[in-house]
Amino acid sequence: MAAPMLRGCCLGRCWALACIDSGSRHGRGAATGFTSSGKRGQSFVAQQPLLTAQKSRKGEHKWAAVVGLEIHAQIASNSKLFSGSQVHFAAPPNSLVSFFDASLPGTLPVLNRRCVEAAVMTGLALNCHINKKSLFDRKHYFYADLPAGYQITQQRLPIAVNGSLAYSVSVGKKWRQVITKTVRIKQIQLEQDSGKSLHDELQSQTLIDLNRAGVGLLEVVLEPDMSCGEEAATAVRELQLILQALGTSQANMAEGQLRVDANISVHHPGEPLGVRTEVKNLNSARFLARAIDYEIQRQINELENGCEILNETRSFDYKLGCTVPMRDKEGKQDYRFMPEPNLPPLLLYDTASLPAGADPQQVINIDRIREQLPELPSKTREKLIQQYGILPEHSFALLNEVGLLEFFQNVIKETRAEPKKVTSWVLNIFLGFLKQRNLAVNESPVTPSVLAELLNLLDRKVISSAAAKQVFEELWRSKGKTPSQIVSERKLELMQDEEALERVCHTVMEGHPQVVMDMKRGNPRAINKLIGLVRKVTHNRADPTVIKEILEKQLSS
Amino acid sequence: MWARAVLLGHRSWMGWHRGFTSKTDPQGSGRVTAEVIEHLERLALVDFGSQEAVARLEKAIAFADRLRAVDTDGVEPMESVLEDRCLYLRSDNVVEGNCVEELLQNAHRVVEEYFVAPPGNISLPKQDEQPFSHN
Repeated sequence: MAAPMLRGCCLGRCWALACIDSGSRHGRGAATGFTSSGKRGQSFVAQQPLLTAQKSRKGEHKWAAVVGLEIHAQIASNSKLFSGSQVHFAAPPNSLVSFFDASLPGTLPVLNRRCVEAAVMTGLALNCHINKKSLFDRKHYFYADLPAGYQITQQRLPIAVNGSLAYSVSVGKKWRQVITKTVRIKQIQLEQDSGKSLHDELQSQTLIDLNRAGVGLLEVVLEPDMSCGEEAATAVRELQLILQALGTSQANMAEGQLRVDANISVHHPGEPLGVRTEVKNLNSARFLARAIDYEIQRQINELENGCEILNETRSFDYKLGCTVPMRDKEGKQDYRFMPEPNLPPLLLYDTASLPAGADPQQVINIDRIREQLPELPSKTREKLIQQYGILPEHSFALLNEVGLLEFFQNVIKETRAEPKKVTSWVLNIFLGFLKQRNLAVNESPVTPSVLAELLNLLDRKVISSAAAKQVFEELWRSKGKTPSQIVSERKLELMQDEEALERVCHTVMEGHPQVVMDMKRGNPRAINKLIGLVRKVTHNRADPTVIKEILEKQLSS
Repeated sequence: MWARAVLLGHRSWMGWHRGFTSKTDPQGSGRVTAEVIEHLERLALVDFGSQEAVARLEKAIAFADRLRAVDTDGVEPMESVLEDRCLYLRSDNVVEGNCVEELLQNAHRVVEEYFVAPPGNISLPKQDEQPFSHN
């Protein structure tokens, strides 16, 4: 079943990068996809390892890859970071732009309280130290979508530092053991987003839409503690879930609310780190792991061929499936950081340091925010496992789809069936139906109560498992009918009359003496044949397990 | 080579300033070389135009260097003249925007309601291509 964890030991797989056949040119990325916060998601399906361990032709020199990430998450707020224009996806070009956003002279930045709270919440959820004093700086560079010629960011003293993000990988296909990995968070800072450029190749011009210019971003910098594309993708997925649980960002990659840049280098274990490249434009969940693994492989190939790695910025070309150097990036940028002269330091307080008589609108209390933090995904999963005894991978799967957890909990509330049964039905059958038809949970024609009723019938052994599936199909197609109605309409009830069933078994056995002989000789398939025959006679209204019991009993008597 | 040192892009503002003056001018002659001028012109899109402008820059640096005469050991640097002010926090309400026509009036060219820009950054011509030499 789909789960955001990765089958197969990531450690083992990442070390599998070590003995790579140097002749291989293209790394076929593990197509890991995970559901975005938008309703149309792809199931997160872990695939076979990207690069299987093979003996390197050029010798057994192992490589280790080092991956760091810079993640930009758009803050979910009504207005922008320093101005009162609206934050909204898809609006007429330049309609959500204030004079400040357009960088007209005489305008000044005014900090949005909600953005600061979002940064503090995120910092606390990621175990960061919140800096009670943080500063804003200007980062200068020229680009048409940055009207001021600089971006206001927090380079010297960001709002949160030294945190950690825990994510899980599963070890081995058989063992299903879950290990937790941690990536350190260097810092979280508030900064402005730039506008959008639409490149018009035909007319050799760029069209600029400033609707996005000035939107608040949280930049989360992950230290290079990850070693392959899949670890990076899993960490990003977990961050996505945390941000969504906090409500600080919708973190929808498809809508550009979550953007990832990766810093990648390779080296031989024990030796100093190699030259790193920056890979930008990783804006798709599906291709994140693939792009990173491609770049790792590319660097290994280059180095094994005696070439050097340039400290450059590259972009991932989705169509070609490879990274390419970016144009327009001349050497090293000198951003000429300077303090933002129009903004005093940002001061945050806790309950102990809160100034008496302060205007509550004008002060932010870290302790207050900590108290109001919602439950984080890792805690939710823990509770599910403890409360319902489900497997860790199932807890991941339940949290991986928008609305699925709520659906599951509603079904549990109304049914007497065991949680394991409910889990199986929700994750396999229900989710399967949704995925086939590309529907979100809230678009399901089957409501939790209806499924609960069906599971009750199953639990009371009114119907067999096979019949239940039939009923489910029918429920999906025709709304308004209850499971009981369908069961009686299609006469799917299990035969309750044990004696009648015994008579049928007896008749069938008499009618097929050869099969009975096979059975006596111990042929396991013979009994299945008999079961099949009995089921046919009873129009599938008998429980196969019960049939088997009766047949075996009759045989031995 | 000091020029390369400058071009490496010191991140810290204070560090840059100190690094700039000490590394650009190891002999203390107070001259700013052509490479540095070119680098500044590229970064800030200012045009130094004449030798007088460069001289003015050198004088300004020398003037600022006099700060070094002050002993600042153990003194916290001031980040901004606003450091004692309160940073005002605005409520998260939408109160601006929706003025596309006014904004586009400032634009030299528009296409539908987009601003129009060249396809990418246009690089400054290299120093030897420029009509004025900073030597």
